[in-house]
Amino acid sequence: MNCRECTDFLHDYLAGDLPESQQRVFEGHLELCPPCLTFLESYRKTVKHCEHVKDEPADALPESLVKAILAARSTPR
Amino acid sequence: MAETSDGDIDYGESALIARLQAGDADAYADLVRTQGPRMLAVARRILRADDDAADAVQEAFISAFRAIGNFEGGAKLSTWLHRIVVNASLMRLRNRTRRPEVSIDELLPRFEDGQHVDEPREWRSPEPLDALERRETRQLVRSLIDELPTDYRTVLMLRDIEGLDTKETAELLGVTPNAAKIRLHRARLALRTKLDPHMRERGAT
Repeated sequence: MNCRECTDFLHDYLAGDLPESQQRVFEGHLELCPPCLTFLESYRKTVKHCEHVKDEPADALPESLVKAILAARSTPR
Repeated sequence: MAETSDGDIDYGESALIARLQAGDADAYADLVRTQGPRMLAVARRILRADDDAADAVQEAFISAFRAIGNFEGGAKLSTWLHRIVVNASLMRLRNRTRRPEVSIDELLPRFEDGQHVDEPREWRSPEPLDALERRETRQLVRSLIDELPTDYRTVLMLRDIEGLDTKETAELLGVTPNAAKIRLHRARLALRTKLDPHMRERGAT
């Protein structure tokens, strides 16, 4: 396995979807390739950063929007 | 009956659903005020424009009100509403005129003879210590995601931020699960490229 192929497998590796034999080859490459190990970590951290985007606080709805939504419910179709 | 995550019956939620299905106006107002903020946050993330996001939330609630009679309580109300607002936001996104976009290929890692051309650098931890750093990092990540080509931005939003699974994401996007997986992987690689200059260990060149 070379670095390009290793990169192709990152998604499946993190998802736990690599078949066992392929996982062994993948991990074997990482043991011998510090750049790919570093790349894997930054890929993993990228996903973590995306997950944290959800942590932003949710502000209350503007009252005008609340009223508009409830009014639309009462409007006959 | 609505269930909590550990399988116990959520009488609070079951009572609210019963009131909604009976047409109780106060129940509708409660629903909008309690669930609306999170739904607006989701729509804002997907649509990047506040007016559009407010309209998507309104459309989502109207769809939900119409469908509440069929709601069986198999999923939590918040999960159900989350799906509805994601769908409403995606529909609005689809109807927008597309601007010219950068090609994803320019953002993917480069290889020569199968090896990295650009040597990967260590990143610092994604766990900043204080609230200000956390907020600044979130804003940076969001702004960089917004720079991705639309199709890649959307799949990243749905999978890694909104937490939908591959199957649901593929259905919403009208692609095969495998295509959704490949698109997600390339979106993550592109975002990694954009984040790299900002995330290197302090003091690193």
